[in-house]
Amino acid sequence: MKLPNLLAASAIALSAGAMSAQADKADDTLRLAFTKELETVDIYFNSAREGILLARAIWDGLLYRDPVTGEYKGNLATEWKWIDDVTLELKLREGVTFHNGEPFNADDVVYTVNYVANPDNGIVVQRNVSWMDRAEKVDDYTVRIILDAPFPPAEEFLAGPVVMYPNEYYAEVGPAGMALNPIGTGPYKVSSVDPGLHYELEAFDGYHGDPRNAASIGKIDIRTIPDFNTQIAEFFNGQLDFLWNVPADQAEKLDAMGKYQVENAEAIRIGFISMDASGRADADGPMTNPLVRKAVAHAIDRQAIVDALVKGSSEVVHSACAKIQFACEQDVAQYEYNPEKAKALLAEAGYPDGFEIDFHAYRNRPYAEAMMGFLDEVGIKTNLVYLKYSALRDARSKGEVPFTFQTWGSYSLADASAIVGEHFTGGMLDDAKDAEVTAWVNEADSTTDKDKRIGLYSKALKKIADEAYWLPLWSYNVNYVMSQEVSYAPTNDEIVRFFDFSWK
Amino acid sequence: MFRFILKRLGLAVLVAFTVSAISFALLFLAGDPATAIAGENAASEDIAIINAQYGFDRPLIVQYLDWLSKAVTGDLGQSWYFKLPVSQIIGDRLPTTMTLGLCAISFALILSIPMGVAAAARPNSIIDRFALFIAVVGQAIPSFWFGLLLVVFFSIQLGLVPASGSGTWRHFILPTVVLGYYATPAIMRLTRAGMIEVLSADYIRTARAKGLPTRKIMFKHALRNAIIPVVSLAAVQMGFMLGGSIVVESVFALHGAGFLAWESISRNDLPTMQALILIFSMFYITFTFLADVLNAWLDPRLRVG
Repeated sequence: MKLPNLLAASAIALSAGAMSAQADKADDTLRLAFTKELETVDIYFNSAREGILLARAIWDGLLYRDPVTGEYKGNLATEWKWIDDVTLELKLREGVTFHNGEPFNADDVVYTVNYVANPDNGIVVQRNVSWMDRAEKVDDYTVRIILDAPFPPAEEFLAGPVVMYPNEYYAEVGPAGMALNPIGTGPYKVSSVDPGLHYELEAFDGYHGDPRNAASIGKIDIRTIPDFNTQIAEFFNGQLDFLWNVPADQAEKLDAMGKYQVENAEAIRIGFISMDASGRADADGPMTNPLVRKAVAHAIDRQAIVDALVKGSSEVVHSACAKIQFACEQDVAQYEYNPEKAKALLAEAGYPDGFEIDFHAYRNRPYAEAMMGFLDEVGIKTNLVYLKYSALRDARSKGEVPFTFQTWGSYSLADASAIVGEHFTGGMLDDAKDAEVTAWVNEADSTTDKDKRIGLYSKALKKIADEAYWLPLWSYNVNYVMSQEVSYAPTNDEIVRFFDFSWK
Repeated sequence: MFRFILKRLGLAVLVAFTVSAISFALLFLAGDPATAIAGENAASEDIAIINAQYGFDRPLIVQYLDWLSKAVTGDLGQSWYFKLPVSQIIGDRLPTTMTLGLCAISFALILSIPMGVAAAARPNSIIDRFALFIAVVGQAIPSFWFGLLLVVFFSIQLGLVPASGSGTWRHFILPTVVLGYYATPAIMRLTRAGMIEVLSADYIRTARAKGLPTRKIMFKHALRNAIIPVVSLAAVQMGFMLGGSIVVESVFALHGAGFLAWESISRNDLPTMQALILIFSMFYITFTFLADVLNAWLDPRLRVG
């Protein structure tokens, strides 16, 4: 947090004594703000968290993952079974209608799956859909989804990003029409869209209500307010009832005022340092030496950074995935903070006086600078190269980055493949290029046998930790601030579920 | 005069396209647009598909000429980010920025010219000191901070005006004050300096000797000459306000063209960015041109050139 922001927040906090928040319980409207201008409401054509929030309110997936128990339940499908490794048969819920009155049936599923699985249609997040080859109708309420290859986290995707569109409507209006007038089967229907700026949702009376609750609050009003301090001002003015992604220091101040509910929940996103073990950036660079990588791991006091900066419910992580993800082995090698050991390891590696290296980062600059301070103490001099995400990712893809602070949100998917699969299978973001790890992960991701997957991921994650290819840092957390009249229990996947809100 | 205008306009178009060509190249240096479109968690396969689909794998010069050939026919293309026609998005955002810019420059002129004249009338007096104080404060306070202070006081404490949004004229009061105040110091100091210089000229002494009333000397004879550089400066400030009111638009959630430009850079939304650069450079050129004409009207000596 920059100093001016901090000052601004304090000034607002001090002055807020004069006003009390007035929630909009009277007109049954929950008001909140997006920081980012969302490109389109059509979930298949945006990659933003704001888009996920809206999608969960407007549309339904075939399945649903209970955010508390992690159990998969039927949603638009009531039963599902694997016919073989690449064929999933689903029985669909009867009597469901879309917001425009179109009845939901197998044609909608077949149309949606076939549309999004076709690369020509340019779905933005291919990972969410490219595992499906096509869908076939068995009868009006039975469909089969056919995969290219076995894909174990299929249920997770069907419960998350893959939502069902009305076939007739989408065929007529396409993505542009869906963006302006979205139609789904979800608990909220959209009453108005001002692209990127303003969205109004209204509870859908005809919602099927199982396993998700029907909406309790009548209307949701979302405005885009880019400056977070302005959001806080509007919160004090009673123009907003709910703030999310509140920076830790501001959440503490709001909590101290004693007039608002402040909740904190862990997120799937984790931070990590990736080191150029395979020597892509520099074939003889220090990071190719495992002793150096372990020295880095012992040099940084991650707990101190969590306590002082990251705060909330964040924890130090040791494994290269998020704890709540499936097959995320926790029993891996851990590197405690021990600068003397770090110095000894550096000396053993042939760097008794340390060395100098570029350190790339793209977010949370204070965290990066704190880590640089710790590294400096053991003799590793770092030059911070702070770039925009796209520029840094570009450089990483070209193998030009020897040492970098990264984070990964796994698109809120509770499966280790969402993070390990992307970073350790020889792709452009893979700095380790460990053939053994790649083989284990690939094998794990091509079998639906859950125990086998757990075993293979365990081997892969243990080796990643043993070799210190990454230094996993900490989990991220999200602060939510609500007026006293709002009731909502945040979940640990960074998804705000409007249908779970109610008035006290 | 007609030929003069035509020449200036031709030059303006050339300048605008030079700016667009340079900015096109610069934007590509800022990172791969496909990565920006795919988002932070995208897999490598996503990026490859987007690259092929948007044609980013073609040489830069081909992409630029493709854009240019459409732009000259009035087709500004589709925003990569919003998937809507660029002309529609800019058409939605520009009125907000124009309203804010015009209000702010009017506010700045109304505040700063009388203050500059008053300060020049009695240099080093208490009025001059007060004007200097206002100017220094205006120059020193960052606009986001000043904006928040006004929000805290007028919106949260007093509840007089809304804190953000652009629905009614009341929404524009605070942003106008913040953006206008930012331009005030420069205009005021220039008015003051010009007035002091002019007031010591021989013809003013003659006017005083003839017994003309002070007000007439100040406003009819002195200000007309002193204000010439102010007109040029106001034109530049107006251009700045249209393209550069990013902070103010962000603080007050106004969603104008300035903020759109800023966001488009971070989203690598080239079509929107290019169109905005073209429009902003045309604004600058137009305002500078209008300032020249106005100056020629104010000072007959300038008409000769």
